[in-house]
Amino acid sequence: MQYSYYPGCSLEATGVEYNLSTRAVAGALGLELVELPGWTCCGSSSAHAVNKDLALGLAAHNIALAQEQGRDLVVPCSACYTRLCKADHEMRHDPAEKARAERLAGFSYTGKIQIYSFLEIVKDRVGCDEVARAVRKPLTGLKVACYYGCLLVRPPEVRPFDRAEDPTSLDELAAALGAEPVPWCYKTTCCGAGLSLTRPEVVEQLVARILSAAREAGADALVTACPLCQNNLEMRRPAQEGIPVFYFTELMGLAFGLGEAPGWLKKHLVDPFPLLQRFSLVG
Amino acid sequence: MATATLHLPAGAVTVDAAFREEVARLSGQPLELCFQCQKCASGCYPTQEGDYTPNEIMRLIQYGARDAVLRSRTIWLCTSCETCGLRCPNGIRIAEVMDTLKQMAAARGIAPAGETGPLFHNLFLSEIRAAGRVHETMLMLKYKLKTGNLFADMKLGWQLFRRGKLPLVPRLKKDPAVRRIFERASGQE
Repeated sequence: MQYSYYPGCSLEATGVEYNLSTRAVAGALGLELVELPGWTCCGSSSAHAVNKDLALGLAAHNIALAQEQGRDLVVPCSACYTRLCKADHEMRHDPAEKARAERLAGFSYTGKIQIYSFLEIVKDRVGCDEVARAVRKPLTGLKVACYYGCLLVRPPEVRPFDRAEDPTSLDELAAALGAEPVPWCYKTTCCGAGLSLTRPEVVEQLVARILSAAREAGADALVTACPLCQNNLEMRRPAQEGIPVFYFTELMGLAFGLGEAPGWLKKHLVDPFPLLQRFSLVG
Repeated sequence: MATATLHLPAGAVTVDAAFREEVARLSGQPLELCFQCQKCASGCYPTQEGDYTPNEIMRLIQYGARDAVLRSRTIWLCTSCETCGLRCPNGIRIAEVMDTLKQMAAARGIAPAGETGPLFHNLFLSEIRAAGRVHETMLMLKYKLKTGNLFADMKLGWQLFRRGKLPLVPRLKKDPAVRRIFERASGQE
């Protein structure tokens, strides 16, 4: 199955291991991700914070590019995914917004392509049974707290692929890889997102709370699907806190026995190797 | 219309009905439905550091307290995580309201003392305008230079750089189409 692939700016920098692991895991599952030619920034949180037209126009521009390619669009980054889905939702359901987007981005919206998060593709298109069949080194005994962050499943009317208050898709996927997802209450609690540079002290408080909740729930590690979450949880944690934070695609790569997986994990600020050695998941 | 003055713990505010209508129109949200159940506030972690809770912001908008709202620190602490709107029993998308307030404050150049949110957003957008994509390394440097806080995250920056997470030469996408979107968005075309 062929998809257009929108990595987004973070996956070229602070989220580089998410990009590498997503591409590798897609290959292992027979999904062909063709990078969207000429993709540009989705506008991120800055566009909708200060200029409504830019938020719609920048996202619509990328939807226009995807439309030209004629393939459904796969977006690993939760933040980009939300921005693109939101613009798509507005164009699909509101004629006035559609006209505004068409004027801003200079195109004609057909509504023929769909936008998916990579998690959604893995969970709903490939399916957990198929994922489980690809597992060579099950993550047996590894207790994980699945951290969805706030954007992946919200707002629900824009992308209702999982429950907005208590999502389960990452938990089901982790279980298919042989890991043990723990129940906890902080699945969708905000990590502070883009406040990381402007108000780091606020993000530090939020991150400390999330990490200690994961620990109290008995988790050995956290699993995310968002480069902003992963970075905040590593960069803004209390100095003594050493619980690793993985992208779900990295855990898939490890469980599939992909040789390049250790290369991604070396990019983490919090060294996950001692934990993985304890579970004999790396050499 | 006669103006009234309300004396709130935060100070005196002048009632301005036009503000209430403007926020309702721009955000498209039924602001009048807020009955102060405080569900939004109870799930809102970031704005605990702010001057008002989200329901207080809603109340101040109903009063028409233009200045108090547009100069509030709370609006810049909202991360648009959408928890408030998800839980609101009256279906008010409070994140949309917060966005509208930020847009109004930014357009008027209003920000509380020490708030660097608008500066960060403007730097972010000028990166997109110039290069099509956001070069995170450059954005962080520019922000640090502008705020004069160059050394706060230096160690962290070095750790990221060493792991190849802050590339010096990014794959940018200078695109006239993006520049046109900026021109149309600012009403130049």
